[in-house]
Amino acid sequence: MSYSNKVIDHYNNPRNVGSMDKNSAEVGTGLVGAPECGDVMKLQIKVNPATNVIEDAKFKTFGCGSAIASSSLATEWVKGKTIDEALAIKNTEIVKELSLPPVKIHCSVLAEDAIRAAIGDWKKKQSTPVAVAEAKV
Amino acid sequence: MATEVTTLTEERAATKTNGGVKLPIYMDNHATTPVDPRVLEEMLPYFTDRFGNAASRNHSFGWAGEEAVETARERIAKLIGATTKEIIFTSGATESDNLAIKGVAEMYREKGNHIITAVTEHKAVLDTCKRLEKYGYRVTYLPVQKDGLVDLDDLKRAIDNKTILVTIMAANNEIGVVQPIAEIGKLCHEKGVIFHSDATQAVGKIPIEVIKQNLDLLSISAHKMYGPKGVGALYVRRKSPRVQISPIIDGGGHERGMRSGTLNVPGIAGLGKACALCYEEMPQESVRMSGMRDRLRDRIMSNLDEVYINGSMEHRLPQNLNISFAYVEGESLLMGINDVAVSSGSACTSATLEPSYVLKALGTGDDLAHSSIRFGLGRFNTEAEVDYVADRVVETVQRLRELSPLYEMAKEGIDLKSVKWAAE
Repeated sequence: MSYSNKVIDHYNNPRNVGSMDKNSAEVGTGLVGAPECGDVMKLQIKVNPATNVIEDAKFKTFGCGSAIASSSLATEWVKGKTIDEALAIKNTEIVKELSLPPVKIHCSVLAEDAIRAAIGDWKKKQSTPVAVAEAKV
Repeated sequence: MATEVTTLTEERAATKTNGGVKLPIYMDNHATTPVDPRVLEEMLPYFTDRFGNAASRNHSFGWAGEEAVETARERIAKLIGATTKEIIFTSGATESDNLAIKGVAEMYREKGNHIITAVTEHKAVLDTCKRLEKYGYRVTYLPVQKDGLVDLDDLKRAIDNKTILVTIMAANNEIGVVQPIAEIGKLCHEKGVIFHSDATQAVGKIPIEVIKQNLDLLSISAHKMYGPKGVGALYVRRKSPRVQISPIIDGGGHERGMRSGTLNVPGIAGLGKACALCYEEMPQESVRMSGMRDRLRDRIMSNLDEVYINGSMEHRLPQNLNISFAYVEGESLLMGINDVAVSSGSACTSATLEPSYVLKALGTGDDLAHSSIRFGLGRFNTEAEVDYVADRVVETVQRLRELSPLYEMAKEGIDLKSVKWAAE
């Protein structure tokens, strides 16, 4: 199988690799996929609560080159976007940008899932007992 | 002409070198091997000057072809301890497997309809058996143990009064595990059952002696032992017991009626020469191969944790190493070592998205099957190449583990088996 130059570039120079404190209230973590399926993505976002803008994003991925590239690209794209803008990112856009072949479309789906899972986690944190307690005070 | 020169220059420019090692490095010799130059030299006259049809009985062109074929037959027979009349030429091991299994199934249909094989066989055997099931044959697929070996007690229990054939490979194409074929053959002969072995990966690499190992049918391929693609052979025992097979290709009655079709004389000459070279060089070559293989293993394993060898190390081809690198997906690893040709048991490298069925049969989890790499050493590999490959693997695994959420979780002490994965 041959890879597009963009996939190779992301594989060789992945953007935003790393981890953030998953317990931080500002951080949303998405962990999707399964080791048995050969793909696991962890995507984290750090959101400014005042503006709802994603100020930072990090990822780690176990998977093929296309999975690594899809998640690397996803972190690039979500950075600087608001939560709502990030939720609008579609896997088909990732497919197009990376020229993924049909057999690798699931990698882009997983990246979209990772974005949604990270945002979902962050949203959940915004309505946690800590936030509620603060509201009561 | 000008275009041709440019192409050649470009090709040379594309060949990088690194510390005296010429890149890319080929270490996928279970897939195929390059033709040994001595084999090619043997073949060449049979394309041009000696192009005759080996079946042409009344002129010198035909006689030259026939002589080449008979020389090849002697050389193959010598390598496996058979007689020349027991060697049937085919288009390769897939055809040999088909001919052996379907040939026995048809010939012995009245005696019984039961065939025994193992789950780790090559698709050429498994899919042939599956087809026979459609025609009313019963097939038992024996499991293998954790080390990849068939349990002889399982085999003994599986044989019944309708069993006509046992087909178990000599050496596995993915994990290089060598089955106890002599014992399997003995058991078959005690029960009056025919024993076929797909020895594609074994012939020329480890000693095969059809009489001593109680083999009745044996599939051989040329391109796995430095011969050309598209040619192979089937050994068919003629004495105690005399084995008969129905042909699957009908026609001019070549090869004593067992395989019609004009003989591929250059290919057959090449197969013969390849066998002669293996016969002479196997003792030294297998020592050199296992030395390099162990060097590769040790250099990788002393530099990485959580690396697992798939299959028995003791009962194994000297050329083979199959390793799983936990927390790293196989295809991404291949991508990182793109100047080295090896293969992976990862789903992503196959069209089916299913990881290797051979590794799954050993009880290797799907996660580790996705992380496996097969190294197949060959005659033309060097120690410098082994060191280069080991270093590239180590450095790429380390880089990918830094990128792996699984490695991070494992290092944090999280039991990955207890995690509820959000898979579809």
